[in-house]
Amino acid sequence: MSMPSLRNDWVVMAIFAAAVLTAPIWLSPVGAGYPDLLQKFAIFGLFAIGFNILFGLTGYLSFGHAVFLGVGSYTAVWSFKLLTMNVLPAIALSILVAGIFAVVIGYLSLRRSGIYFSILTLAFAQMSYNLAYSVLTPITNGETGLQLTMQDARIFDEPTTSGLPSTELFGMSMSGYSGFYFCAVLLIIGFFISLRIFRSPFGLKLLAIKSNQTRMRYTGFNTKPYLLAAFIISGMYAGLAGSLMAVTDPLAGAERMQWTASGEVVLMTILGGVGTLIGPLLGAGIIKYFENIFSALNPGELHQIFSWLPDWLENIVVAISSEFVGDGWHMTLGLSFMLVVIFLPGGVIEGVGRAYTKIRTLLKSDEANESDESVLEPEPVLSAEKE
Amino acid sequence: MSDNKSKTSELSRRGFIKVGAAALTAASMPMFFVKDAWAAKDFRNNPGTAGSVKFGFNVPQSGAYADEGADELRAYKLAVEHINGVGDGGMLNTMKPLSLKGNGILGKKVEFVTGDTQTKSDAARASAKRMIEKDGVIMVTGGSSSGVAVAVQGLCQEMGIIFMAGLTHSNDTTGKDKRRYGFRHFFNAYMSGAALGPVLKKEMGTERKAYHLTADYTWGWTQEESIKNTTEGLGWKTTATVKTPVGAGDFSQYITPVLNSGADVLILNHYGKDMINSLTQAVQFGLRDKQVNGKNFEIIVPLFSRLMAQGAGENIKGILGTTNWNWALEDEGSKAFVKSFGAKYGQPPSMAAHTTYVQALLYANACEAAGSFYPPEVIKQLEGFKFDGMGNGPTEYRAEDHQCFKDVLVVRGNDKPTSQFDLLKVEQVVPRSQVEYDAKIFGGELGPYEV
Amino acid sequence: MDAIFLQILNGLDKGGAYALIALGLTLVFGTLGVVNFAHGALFMLGAFCAVTLQKILTISQKVRDESITFFEAYKEQPYLEIWFGDFGTKIIDWSVPISILLAIPIMLLIGLAMERGLIRHFYKRPHADQILVTFGLAIVLQEIIRSFFGANPIPTPAPDIVAGSAQIGVLLGLGESVVYPWWRIIYLLFSGLVIFLVFAFLQFTTFGMVVRAGMHDRETVGLLGIDVEHKFTIVFGIGAVVAGLAGVMYAPILPPDYHMGMDFLVLSFVVVVVGGMGSLGGAVAAGFLLGLLQSFASMNEIKAILPGIDQIIIYLVAVVIILVRPRGLMGRKGVMED
Repeated sequence: MSMPSLRNDWVVMAIFAAAVLTAPIWLSPVGAGYPDLLQKFAIFGLFAIGFNILFGLTGYLSFGHAVFLGVGSYTAVWSFKLLTMNVLPAIALSILVAGIFAVVIGYLSLRRSGIYFSILTLAFAQMSYNLAYSVLTPITNGETGLQLTMQDARIFDEPTTSGLPSTELFGMSMSGYSGFYFCAVLLIIGFFISLRIFRSPFGLKLLAIKSNQTRMRYTGFNTKPYLLAAFIISGMYAGLAGSLMAVTDPLAGAERMQWTASGEVVLMTILGGVGTLIGPLLGAGIIKYFENIFSALNPGELHQIFSWLPDWLENIVVAISSEFVGDGWHMTLGLSFMLVVIFLPGGVIEGVGRAYTKIRTLLKSDEANESDESVLEPEPVLSAEKE
Repeated sequence: MSDNKSKTSELSRRGFIKVGAAALTAASMPMFFVKDAWAAKDFRNNPGTAGSVKFGFNVPQSGAYADEGADELRAYKLAVEHINGVGDGGMLNTMKPLSLKGNGILGKKVEFVTGDTQTKSDAARASAKRMIEKDGVIMVTGGSSSGVAVAVQGLCQEMGIIFMAGLTHSNDTTGKDKRRYGFRHFFNAYMSGAALGPVLKKEMGTERKAYHLTADYTWGWTQEESIKNTTEGLGWKTTATVKTPVGAGDFSQYITPVLNSGADVLILNHYGKDMINSLTQAVQFGLRDKQVNGKNFEIIVPLFSRLMAQGAGENIKGILGTTNWNWALEDEGSKAFVKSFGAKYGQPPSMAAHTTYVQALLYANACEAAGSFYPPEVIKQLEGFKFDGMGNGPTEYRAEDHQCFKDVLVVRGNDKPTSQFDLLKVEQVVPRSQVEYDAKIFGGELGPYEV
Repeated sequence: MDAIFLQILNGLDKGGAYALIALGLTLVFGTLGVVNFAHGALFMLGAFCAVTLQKILTISQKVRDESITFFEAYKEQPYLEIWFGDFGTKIIDWSVPISILLAIPIMLLIGLAMERGLIRHFYKRPHADQILVTFGLAIVLQEIIRSFFGANPIPTPAPDIVAGSAQIGVLLGLGESVVYPWWRIIYLLFSGLVIFLVFAFLQFTTFGMVVRAGMHDRETVGLLGIDVEHKFTIVFGIGAVVAGLAGVMYAPILPPDYHMGMDFLVLSFVVVVVGGMGSLGGAVAAGFLLGLLQSFASMNEIKAILPGIDQIIIYLVAVVIILVRPRGLMGRKGVMED
């Protein structure tokens, strides 16, 4: 329960950075090593990490966080349309605008706590979604989504003649693997900031608010500015994630703000492990993996996967498993939600921690390696969640 | 001397840093860039000397249009069989002119991958990107809504992969959002309006007052506009056009104002679940038994499909609308398609299945005719391609906007179905000449051949 | 005038539906403290009780349509019609009302099984875990229904005699254009009846008294030697039945499909929270309030002034109410506030 040392944090960061930057290699064998999904892992990882700063530390469950994602995307695409295809202004503006939205929504919503807070955030997000889908079409291009066109002003760029321009960072294209590495670097920075927040006095105050807000107030401590700060920070993370979605793929649609999108980040965080550093990232990865890979498997590919089995067994296995892939991927997702929460109350990260402990006891003779302990084992934070 | 020494050591340190940085870059970006570099030289996902090519079938497998998506997938699988020379060949027997030989495309066997659009732009684009980046598909096709079609079409243009749109009815797909790499076989809202016009005039006369309920998004608006132009051209008046939220569920608050508005025609610019709900509820409000201005009150659903008719049940009977294709058509192409689809799946194909089947065949045929998979060549084959024997009579892929021009079916919900599939009755086949329009009216730009 | 009268009816009708859906949720959510994201799925299962009964009643003799040779197409005639003639037709016609009788025991069983098998292990778990497990359950239930019935909505008409509209305008001396569908009138009355029964049950029976006491202070009631857990199981069952009944009765208005539960999920949470956590009366009041306001906001005259207001009215009202009244309309202190 002692504060992890600073040295330890740097080890964590080093391992984390190495893992993220080599993701294209170690994710290839499971079929996830291609740019778009890698980008999505990084982007939704950022979204979930930011969400966790609010939910994991303060216990305030926002059910409308997707609004910041959407706002971030719209701002970024507008920046591409009006200013330049360079991604830096787009990202800066997105974080700023998402932050402004977070100030307004956070200020109002944080007047209430518990479920009332959740419903307030949900209501703001749903209003934004519904308006963006319909009456705000001049700004958002409605259902079709905001796209680049040849007629856009782009005042800082040379006019293009051959087709639509693409997003770039000083000449480096932001699609494909370079786009992923860009997102990955931001993910590492975002993770680092989140780690520092978790370890800081600010983070501890937030945790104290979570465990007993009334007591904090009685001691004369004004909790509101701290909560609002956490809300704004996590809103800015979402804005950053939204802008990265537009950076890697310059399109912004209203459905990014729908309650299902807000619900998705809630599920990601809980699935991975609320209040842990790495859990939300895992949750994001798992959900995106199901959505993109499981949904695309069909019996033909299953036969290839299980071709090492004897024929009769292969057919049985394929017949059963094909119910859970392709158009059955939702079923698999639902079942895994239930199984995780029933057997691993701390989320997937608890499973990882348990497996790690088990392996360590098995390899007791080996010298214990404490380096990445704090990544893999549930944080002390988690126990506060389980009260 | 000592100066000299220090210089060398500094040089070598710089050199070391340089080499180190280069090594790091190389290590962190292994073969992927090399692959991209290859693609830039010729074209993306060039099959080269491989023995097969891959199609990407991007259809809704979850959400409200999942059944439609499932039917599209059935049709695609059938198309792949036929292109590869398996089965009875379907429309390959009737399509004219035909370049395909029933041995795949240019001797390469066709394989496919599938994905779930969820009828959401983001999910559809993610799925299409997976197909392009990971599976190396040469063409993406499918979809069941205009938002998705426009989003995926834009992506495919950027990626340099041809997109053969599935079910999308908005004018925008081949109008203001048209793309060089996107092609649509399905008809659009403008054509629905133009085709309905003469039938409405015959059935309901020229003295009518129409009330529109319109799904509040781009497809709804374009359809409302197109139908309104048509009906006002007939001399009808438009009493009101009311936007309804998508997925409203209960439409009662929008239907009651119709009752005493003085309108005698209700036009439902809704699709899918919205249409099933609004029509069911409008009928419950007694609109169909109503008399206004001495005329029978009428409901029109400009676009509907057999699956929607199934969902609306009794309520669809006698309702006029348009559709892209129906399995009961008697021409050779339709019969060949229905026969092989029915034999394989035990049920008739939906109009979504038809359009996707035809799209897959048209793409394959264009590659064969071009003698290459190089997209600009294939696009040039498709542009202005005139063909027949695919269920819609003589058809043309107009070069200016990549929209297919063909006859449009005006249909009516069948009063006395002879079987569970016999839900639509073809009222009239409106010839192509009546639904044609100038490609310029919707604006937009196709963009370049080479990307 | 007529238009406003009709919108009041619409609002009441909508309100009845909202109140009914929210009532089931607030029993589970506001009183047992379980964040039940599977509530929408229960509503959907109710609607599919009606679909299932209709499917069973219309099991048909299939006569092959010989004119179609490419696949097998049938002209279907339900066995009930063949065996019992007009009486059989009548039974099929009345399948939705009959399915209420079916839905009550089925939904009760589903509710009890859910509580015993799953939910009760989550009373003491964090809300986050409850969200994940019930959301997972909702998806699983949804996908099971889809694998049986497909994704397309299934028409489930009301009996012929009440399928059309009532000429209430003539009855009340208003214009002839004032008509209202019989089934919606029945829905309104039915929801009133169910709401009344639930209130009466909780208010006037010993069981209800214990439950209400248990809601306020579970531990003390438990210390008195009363088996609160057991009672709560039954409360959950009742919640499931109410949700299911709302679904059955809604089937003729909204042809059921597997996804309809998710469409109503967010709405039902909003209604419950606007009503105030832990208050049954609040949920009912909020249901009617939101229903009425939504109907009025959809009027063309109002949309002309405030475009798009009908799209957001529910959420706007929710924000205003929660900001003005800290615990919604009638919420109890300390329920789900942290």
